[in-house]
Amino acid sequence: MRTDTLAASEITGTRTPAVLLRGLTKKFGSVTAVNQLDLRIEQGEVVAFLGPNGAGKTTTIDMMLGLGRPTEGSVEVYGLTPTEAINRGKIAAVMQTGGLLKDVSVAEIVRMTASFFAHTRPVAEVLERAGIADIADRRVAKCSGGQQQRLRFALALLPDPDLMVLDEPTTGMDVEGRRDFWNAIRADAQAGRTVLFATHYLEEADAYADRIVLIRKGQVVADGTASEVKALAAGRQVRATLPGADEVRLAALPGVDRAEVRGETVLLHTNDSDGVARYLLNQTSARDLEITSRNLEDAFLALTSGEDTDLEGISR
Amino acid sequence: MTAAALPRTEIDRRPAFGGFSLTYLGLEIRRVLRNRRSLFFILVMPAVFFLLFGLPQKGQNIDQANSAAAIAYIMISLAVYGAMTASTATGGAVAVERAQGWSRQLRLTPLRPPAYVATKVLSALSLSLLSVVVEFVVGSIGGVRMPAHVWLLAGLGAWLGSLVFAALGLFVGYLAPAENVMQFMGPILALLALFGGLFVPLEVLPHVMQTIAKFTPVYGVGSIARSPLTHDFQWVAVLNVVLWTAGFGLGAALLFRRDTARV
Repeated sequence: MRTDTLAASEITGTRTPAVLLRGLTKKFGSVTAVNQLDLRIEQGEVVAFLGPNGAGKTTTIDMMLGLGRPTEGSVEVYGLTPTEAINRGKIAAVMQTGGLLKDVSVAEIVRMTASFFAHTRPVAEVLERAGIADIADRRVAKCSGGQQQRLRFALALLPDPDLMVLDEPTTGMDVEGRRDFWNAIRADAQAGRTVLFATHYLEEADAYADRIVLIRKGQVVADGTASEVKALAAGRQVRATLPGADEVRLAALPGVDRAEVRGETVLLHTNDSDGVARYLLNQTSARDLEITSRNLEDAFLALTSGEDTDLEGISR
Repeated sequence: MTAAALPRTEIDRRPAFGGFSLTYLGLEIRRVLRNRRSLFFILVMPAVFFLLFGLPQKGQNIDQANSAAAIAYIMISLAVYGAMTASTATGGAVAVERAQGWSRQLRLTPLRPPAYVATKVLSALSLSLLSVVVEFVVGSIGGVRMPAHVWLLAGLGAWLGSLVFAALGLFVGYLAPAENVMQFMGPILALLALFGGLFVPLEVLPHVMQTIAKFTPVYGVGSIARSPLTHDFQWVAVLNVVLWTAGFGLGAALLFRRDTARV
């Protein structure tokens, strides 16, 4: 059914973005939680919204869902306002905590939620897909954190949404619960659903997203495919003092993917730091040589902690 | 062209009546009936009160001036009490659901807030009807004898009068999100019931309190529900019910707007 739709929208030629945020800004008093954020998510993408706590992820998601009103800027979900998108079952969300009645069974809350929509997938099917068919008769209050989260996922599956938004969905889950949860999401996303999830777990973004959007202080600081981010994160940086350096020549060295000259300082990003160091020390008058490695964690920290960084290269 | 042949994105998933459905209403009623604590206050307690305080009055009249049976008077009063407790508790459950984040979750569905409130009101009315019926059945078994039209009119009065308390429950429910709303509403309801003359006839209270009592919300409903029996229907009681319903309803509506506008 989903593939039929994709074909249908391809025939029409224009594909509305799943999410289009333009100049999105949210202020709470004097605090600016989201600051002129622009983002376009295409249909079928699995996007991680990565950032530390307080970066503005939840505030942005709330505005996508119509739970919060932007101070400035606009939100479009499949070309619709968030409320329209929810009414038409185009967007559904798994929130971090709360939102469940405690005194009903798993199956009852799913049936209840299904009654709010004109058309939904069958209750048995969403329970199955969320992996909670075996606890359908359990009281919600008696479900573990992981089971409650899969229940929220089951509720979100009901309208068969085109876009699934998950706000830090695995917070507080143990390793096994987290793995089971992501397996369910992953299996579901393979059918072509657009998925946007917020997380501050780097490994989750790395393992499950096709595209990572790093945000800090309410702004997008980096945006690229997971592999782009990984490539960028791999390798080392060689830094040296070299008066009169030839940037073009340095950039052409084997293994150097980026060269930068700042006054007397050269910064070379490379996957062959030994070769670059040898060249600099043997063939040039470089001194104060420094080699640092940068992993994904470092890239994440550098980008999200507000330090000056030279990773703008992956910003779209 | 059948619905199945349409691209899925063209299916209008907006439900009729803002998402109101009998499925939801039915599940809501079941939730209350499954809660032993609610059941005790709505169904068991009024019945037990009747057995404790009503049965011993069997065979007596209300007073010299009124020849109606005291036992019937007590049964109707306690039916009003059961109905008001049922309605307030159901309306007040909004506070619990707001505390649990359910109201926020509902905003991620097409269910419109008015449909949610309508479900709560209908659920309150269903449970208060049940409470009245149970009390009347217990009363009938206990020996209450009244003409059919008195049973019907008194029952309707107790039942429909409980709308005041559905509004009160919603008002409290939208006042603050709290899991334990009924714990502090219980004593307030008991006090209101006392002033409404549900536990003892108002005539035994000091004169000042009798005067104050006439302005409290339970008084009107109690008076109307008993009037088919006592033959002292008063328009001021109707005015009392109308004003309190409007007051609580307006208060609930204002708080409700604040709640749904909150972003």
